[in-house]
Amino acid sequence: MSLLDYFRTPKKNTASLAKERLQIIVAHERSKRGTPSYLPQMQKEILAVISKYVDIDKEQVKVNLDKNDQVSVLELNVTLPDNESQIR
Amino acid sequence: MSQIIVVTSGKGGVGKTTTSASFGSGLALKGHKTVIIDFDIGLRNLDLIMGCERRVVYDFVNVVNDEANLNQALIKDKRVDNLFLLPASQTRNKDALTREGVERIFDQLTNEHNFDYIVCDSPAGIEHGALMALYFADEAIIVTNPEVSSVRDSDRILGILASQSRRAERGEDPVKERMLLTRYCPTRVASGDMLCIEDIEEILAIPLIGVIPESGDVLKASNSGSPVILDSESNAAQAYSDAVDRFLGEEVPLRFITEEKPGLFKRLFGGKG
Ligand SMILES: Nc1ncnc2c1ncn2[C@@H]1O[C@H](COP(=O)(O)OP(=O)(O)OP(=O)(O)O)[C@@H](O)[C@H]1O
Ligand SMILES: [Mg+2]
Repeated sequence: MSLLDYFRTPKKNTASLAKERLQIIVAHERSKRGTPSYLPQMQKEILAVISKYVDIDKEQVKVNLDKNDQVSVLELNVTLPDNESQIR
Repeated sequence: MSQIIVVTSGKGGVGKTTTSASFGSGLALKGHKTVIIDFDIGLRNLDLIMGCERRVVYDFVNVVNDEANLNQALIKDKRVDNLFLLPASQTRNKDALTREGVERIFDQLTNEHNFDYIVCDSPAGIEHGALMALYFADEAIIVTNPEVSSVRDSDRILGILASQSRRAERGEDPVKERMLLTRYCPTRVASGDMLCIEDIEEILAIPLIGVIPESGDVLKASNSGSPVILDSESNAAQAYSDAVDRFLGEEVPLRFITEEKPGLFKRLFGGKG
């Protein structure tokens, strides 16, 4: 790099900033894509059913949908309390 | 069997209509019977870019509603053989197009008129009109500008093609997606102010079908109502022509993607931008 180039180089390369920001937002938006619209409502209803039997926190029911080319896997993860008294 | 190509982008004003006009003309120049359909209902524009605005009598919606037949609505281009235009209507009702209606017209264009290519100029956005334009597509040309919001919107359109096209709904082979990068300024890329080709390819991860440089000839072409591809001296025209060749399966190296070092003559007297 010549001395002249040094003075000409802008302080921050805005194109690389654009690329970084795009990579992050695009990855985020892709991960949300394809989740069926019924998922949030289903999550609520599952929580309601479990709450009928166990005193459980919203945070302890996790619903996750994983999509492959061939299959979709619905993963339901419930952390039950170890305390007997919380079982209704 | 006609191939249905949608020219789409999500973001508005990135060059879909410019591309539809030039790409469609390019296919016809190569001897393929081609029709370009303006899906921008309410905002008819393709007729102006193609220079046939005064020949519009019936439009796409008239044909869908059986108020006219296709022969009455199709406009045959006066410069290029094998090229036809189906103009959009100026009705305010954006829901005037139905899938059944559009499918019926596509069937006629395929079976009765024997078109090789049906090029659909999509409106901006991700609403009814844009969804209708891409629903039946076999191929998609994603028009992208080297600019953050355009790249992001292109990615959204890719998501929609993968989930809401007819091919996706039927579980057929996916729509073949390719990116056309337009309004590219090698000088600004070199100075670090514009995303470069490789960056955008990396983010969108779809094959590139061409790079159209930013060019003053595009405005001149639209002023005179002639697709820029016909201005064969112009860099933009040559870049569009290359893109058509690639679409048709030829291997053509990219041009006009590096900073042009103006010669002495150009520096003294200025040149085409
Ligand atoms: N390669 C280019 N160089 C310079 N100007 C361009 C280029 N391509 C397109 N333009 C200009 O950009 C503007 C928008 O182009 P165009 O109408 O084709 O976009 P569009 O995506 O169809 O817009 P809309 O979303 O409104 O339908 C026009 O003024 C056109 O002249
Ligand atoms: Mg347009």
